[in-house]
Amino acid sequence: MSNAYRIPAGGRINRKKPLKFQFNNQNYIGFEGDTLASALLANGVHFVARSFKYHRPRGILSAGSEEPNALVTINRGQARVTPNLPATTAQLYDGLIAASQNHWPSLNVDAGAVNDLLHPVLAAGFYYKTFMWPRNFWNTVYEPFIRAAAGLGKAPSEPDPDFYATRHAYCDVLIIGGGPAGIAAALAAAATGARVMLVDEQSEMGGSLLSEVSVRIDSAAAGDWLASALETLRAAPNVQVIQRAAAFGFYHENFVGIGQRLTDHLADPSADCPRERLWKVRARTVILAQGAIERPLVFGGNDRPGVMLAGAARTYLNRYGVLAGRSAVIATSNDSGWLTALDLARAGSAPTAIVDMRPDVAPDLVARAGDAGIEVIKDSRVIRTSGRFRVRRIVVARNDGAGQRELACDSLLMSGGWTPSVHLWSQANGTLSWDETFKAFVPEAAPGGVFAAGAGAGVFGLGETLQSGWSAGSAACRSAGFGAPGATRGFRIEGEIAASPATPLQAPSTGRAFIDFQNDVTAKDIRLAVQEGFQSVEHIKRYTTTGMATDQGKTSNINALAEAAATLGVSPQQAGLTRFRPPYSPITFGALAGMKRNGTFQPVRRTEIDPWAEQQGAVFEPVSLWRRARYFPKAGEDMHAAVRRESVGVRTAVGMFDASTLGKIEVVGPDAAEFLNRLYVNAWKSLAPSRCKYGVLLGEDGFIRDDGVVARLTEDRFHVTTTTGGAPRVLTMMEDYLQTEWPDLQVWLTSTTEQWAVIAVNGPNAKQLIAPFIDGIDLSDEALPHMAYAEGNIAGAQLRLFRVSFTGERGYELNVPTSEARRIWELLHAAGAALGLVVYGTETMHLLRAEKGYIIVGQDTDGTNTPQDVGLGWAVGNKKKDFVGKRSLNRPDMLKADRPQLVGLLTEDSRTVLEEGAQVVSTGPAGARPLGHVTSAYWSEALGRSVALALVAGGRACMGQDVAVCAAKVQTRATISGTVFYDPKGERINA
Amino acid sequence: MRFSFLSLMRNAMAGQSLWTPQWPQVEPKPFYDAIIVGAGGHGLGAAYYLAKEHGITNVAVLDKGWLGGGNTGRNTTIIRSNYLYDESAGLYDHALKLWESLSQELNYNVMFSQRGVLMLAHTVHDIQVFKRHVYANQRLGIDNEWLTPAEAQAYCPPLNISADARYPVLGAALQRRGGVARHDAVAWGYARAAAERGVDIIQNCAAVSIRRDADGRVAGVDTERGFIGAKKVAVSVAGNTSPLMESAGVRLPLESYPLQALVSEPVKPVMPCVVMSNTVHGYISQSDKGELVIGSGTDQYISYSQRGALHIVEETVAAICELFPTFSRMRMLRNWGGIVDVTPDRSPIVGKTPVPGLYVNCGWGTGGFKATPGSAHVFAHTIARDEPHGLNAPFHLDRFRTGRLIDEAAAAAVAH
Amino acid sequence: MIQVRCPYCDALLPEQEFAYAGQAHIARPEDPSAETDEAWRDYLYIRSNTRGLHKERWRHVHGCGRFFNAIRDTVSDRIQETYRMFETPAGGSADE
Repeated sequence: MSNAYRIPAGGRINRKKPLKFQFNNQNYIGFEGDTLASALLANGVHFVARSFKYHRPRGILSAGSEEPNALVTINRGQARVTPNLPATTAQLYDGLIAASQNHWPSLNVDAGAVNDLLHPVLAAGFYYKTFMWPRNFWNTVYEPFIRAAAGLGKAPSEPDPDFYATRHAYCDVLIIGGGPAGIAAALAAAATGARVMLVDEQSEMGGSLLSEVSVRIDSAAAGDWLASALETLRAAPNVQVIQRAAAFGFYHENFVGIGQRLTDHLADPSADCPRERLWKVRARTVILAQGAIERPLVFGGNDRPGVMLAGAARTYLNRYGVLAGRSAVIATSNDSGWLTALDLARAGSAPTAIVDMRPDVAPDLVARAGDAGIEVIKDSRVIRTSGRFRVRRIVVARNDGAGQRELACDSLLMSGGWTPSVHLWSQANGTLSWDETFKAFVPEAAPGGVFAAGAGAGVFGLGETLQSGWSAGSAACRSAGFGAPGATRGFRIEGEIAASPATPLQAPSTGRAFIDFQNDVTAKDIRLAVQEGFQSVEHIKRYTTTGMATDQGKTSNINALAEAAATLGVSPQQAGLTRFRPPYSPITFGALAGMKRNGTFQPVRRTEIDPWAEQQGAVFEPVSLWRRARYFPKAGEDMHAAVRRESVGVRTAVGMFDASTLGKIEVVGPDAAEFLNRLYVNAWKSLAPSRCKYGVLLGEDGFIRDDGVVARLTEDRFHVTTTTGGAPRVLTMMEDYLQTEWPDLQVWLTSTTEQWAVIAVNGPNAKQLIAPFIDGIDLSDEALPHMAYAEGNIAGAQLRLFRVSFTGERGYELNVPTSEARRIWELLHAAGAALGLVVYGTETMHLLRAEKGYIIVGQDTDGTNTPQDVGLGWAVGNKKKDFVGKRSLNRPDMLKADRPQLVGLLTEDSRTVLEEGAQVVSTGPAGARPLGHVTSAYWSEALGRSVALALVAGGRACMGQDVAVCAAKVQTRATISGTVFYDPKGERINA
Repeated sequence: MRFSFLSLMRNAMAGQSLWTPQWPQVEPKPFYDAIIVGAGGHGLGAAYYLAKEHGITNVAVLDKGWLGGGNTGRNTTIIRSNYLYDESAGLYDHALKLWESLSQELNYNVMFSQRGVLMLAHTVHDIQVFKRHVYANQRLGIDNEWLTPAEAQAYCPPLNISADARYPVLGAALQRRGGVARHDAVAWGYARAAAERGVDIIQNCAAVSIRRDADGRVAGVDTERGFIGAKKVAVSVAGNTSPLMESAGVRLPLESYPLQALVSEPVKPVMPCVVMSNTVHGYISQSDKGELVIGSGTDQYISYSQRGALHIVEETVAAICELFPTFSRMRMLRNWGGIVDVTPDRSPIVGKTPVPGLYVNCGWGTGGFKATPGSAHVFAHTIARDEPHGLNAPFHLDRFRTGRLIDEAAAAAVAH
Repeated sequence: MIQVRCPYCDALLPEQEFAYAGQAHIARPEDPSAETDEAWRDYLYIRSNTRGLHKERWRHVHGCGRFFNAIRDTVSDRIQETYRMFETPAGGSADE
């Protein structure tokens, strides 16, 4: 029965291009131009899904992105499985494989359907009232069961091999929705020369025009008019037409997020084409022309497969050449159901009856239906349906309940009125008003630069819709500063059957009447919520979950509101609407992440020497955006072995370290010394040119922000170094004070981190290693003592040489232009072989400095420590009247004796290395009392024992006292000591 | 009617007709012993504990909109107590202990799901910081343990632990007692239980200002619906605290920022726990409905718009895809914003104010939901006794003068 | 994503080019050491957190690097006006 429900001719499908596809392992044929839904319907398949809560059989309700029922998983191979896709928006391609979801073991036989039998127990909010005893059953029994029953499709199990693109765009007029209103708006705007973008979520532009077969616009058939309008727009250089592009979010100041699907409709997409593209559009003006969405009628059994929206059935017929069934019944509350009936009749498949809620229907429609041989049942409604996996019979009754009769059918096509799509309007902070014709909310006051047109603005009828689009296009252009065409342009419409969207409110339903199909929320659930005191629509939404499914309540919101308002005894307007939130339709994570995936999540900063380190087999660690070589293992070495070797090499011979990531800021100007004096704790004015000083920077709260050596290059020029991660923060802070507090100072700040690579050479053989290559600098200790600075050349490269040490050994930091760094590094490395040179990484650097008690900001401080806390009180220029943070150091809490203070810890068993983060507690007779924590702990090969630094409450007054150090279940005894473990007299610096 | 399986069955047979309103609609009385402004979890909870533990039942809870409509109903519901400082850990663990029996306490299933909270370490610095947390927590008897990357993946199979990742997972701190709960149920459960004990819950009644008498003492609250007198007024309005407290002449160290969250479409169980990453900037769990619930940091500027920017969502989702590359084909279903009030040290202010009879509970920033029962409990104590409970004593306003900050963020986030 | 006009570059640019830098017009005391603990606390921490028009600082961090002031409605997030450091806004005084 392949394509048994396809009419012999008509529709916009390409009958010359049959496409094979699979649904639940069954093979089917559709045509190019089909959606998965239209192709399934053509093959007589209505039952395609199970609902979320009751696992009820569900069919295809709609023909668009509002679909609540027909969600499927589309499988393009193991790594390209996508769950929860509406079959109504999935464009068919050859070889498409789809499967239904949320059932076990199969769609037809689903154990979860037992929930449906239990529905009297599983009413709205039931889970808040039970599953509480026994207590531990929630985590072990109840919740796992609930979770397994919930959820729709399955998440993919492999990394997504596809990639996604992002594009920023700017335009004067962004038109969202490519139906008649949007196209008319675009035509109006195109002629003005404004930059126009027209986007539509469907595979074809045209919206409702695609479902029109008998109407003529300006003497052309609707389809031909559409083709020619699109041709005009596509030919215009100032117009961009983008299809398969769903505007999902309206953000600040006319900034719109749009998700465009690029390959999901292709059988064999190219590997270098992104799967989706996220458009981020900033528009001067936006025209919202998203049309309206048909509402279901609310009656018992309205969710059975075969029950479909009438407008959707009309689309399937006219656009896809597909009949929803062979014997349909129309149930409607407004004229639009009649249009479907008449189109079906013309296609030779007239419905047996039209059941209209209204006692009075336009005589023209009644006459036409009579001509088509359709029974008209007015003042009546459907009260229940039957049929296991497809509607078979329905019962209708007059509105007063009398006159019940049964009708046989294989499809029930319903219309409960139309809901203008105001989601984006509302996200744009546009206000809404209740419309008595639509019985829905329509746009009211416009936010700046935003216009609504067409059915989305509460306009109905093709001529009026086209005109409203044209006017909006004209107004938008004017607002964007373009000479606009006249606001009116008559569109001549022929062959349109006059129909009104006017509908009465639906009467209270009986039976299990579904409002939110996907989340299985019934009218009764809404009434129950109100009965239980949930009076705000937001509460009702949350208690019943109505409108919270993947369709975001597109078909259900107004029906839920009407039911709630009726129960509360207020008007729908009084009850109000829940807030619309982005996205309008779901947007793929990958598209949001864009290029920030798979190795390009964040940039990696690498030093010039990094490739060399990689060649040497270095192990790296991420430090802020940088990656740094942590250690350089030789064959068979683990980190500890490598660090032992590297550290001994530095202490006994010479070591070389890539310190290029150090932040460097050049502070220049006549007031440079004054500036630093105000900013850093230290006294700078006394620092002579060519001399260095260790600087400490606080926040105004008195806590350490950063540290680093500062060299005074000349009278008016300082070279400030910062921590690796701190450079941007420090520069920002400097700029802030300079620009906003002390604009009188003549100082200029330049980041030079990238200009200078830094090679740190430390160890007794350091001078010997570098000397042969250096010109123009006297390296003698008299000319270049510790903490001195000089400029010269090294192997033909410019050199800024700092005699500084972060290891306690004789040390030099060679700053060379970054482009020369690799050459100099390799030169020194080659020469070093004879001097016992080791190359060391950050881990050894950390150990060597800890042996000397030098702190690392962020490791030995935590953002709540003052200079005094960590033993840097000596650096503070107390005679200075002021510096940033000084006042805070006199706050009451800063003066307390029990402040955390940095001390050393020597373990009783010298072989035991403490854990960083381990807790220090007192062991005194008063019992264990928390004192602080270990900040740094290492095995010191040089000392033949472990060393540790710790922040301990009042620690400096407790030298020699024993403490316990606790980590996990291990408790270690240790003694509080000073922080300088190695060479306390500081003699090595000149060794 | 007491909630139970039995009452469900009785109603199932009675066509749900026996259920009554979970809290009555009441008109404000002219005077209360205490008014709590803000019917979020913290405010409703405080009213409940005032009634239950302190016998103060002449209490009103006012809200400008619908109860539970602020951050209580907008957060990602993560619950944990593995904070660094003893003061914080003490307060949050008090809350966690109350969470463990909250459903029974309130006779309302708040669906507290102890799925475990996994906090990922991606750098050596992270390891140091998290181990400090782990050992500090263990010292207090609060569960928190260190996992290797392989152990972390065993606990959370979709987690990417590849060493090639931009920020490879180097380990994780796991608090097994942590988890998530059903946020709305917390507000509703407290509201119902408080109402049962005589508390008036008055929705759609915005507090305009706080009135003080000639002596400077609190006199009541001017609302949209007129003046309501009270002996004591307690403010628990999160992002809207500054304007209201200003009306009583109290200026606070607070700034309100937009915080966004989002959920995916529902899928079958795939995330067994909560995963948080400070370095990659994202957190994620899966709700009982099957939605992946995702959040990250605040937008950069202060705002009362309850509306965030798209680029924050992009960054958040990118972070999640970095941690879980298999989620890239999932789709965002819903995205929303709340207003969080942030203090300079990212810790709350819970206690008395310079105005006699006026109390404030604010500054929870991005982390208030998890503290709900604990905060409400100690806040009620503070209101009833006019002195702080031992657990909220350190969270006094005066710390900003003395410098005795409880700076969880600084302790965790300083890079080197 | 809001738009910010840099008063130095005189260009309306996306928010991501800028860094928000907190409430504006909080002058650092001339002599901090003369401040009481209370006054110093106010300087460090107390903020208006205005609901409505908020005077605040931004920095064109990915542009000219300059700090400047803005008046922004914290309910709509829209910036009404930006002005240079030490200038008076067109819409009123620079006082808080």
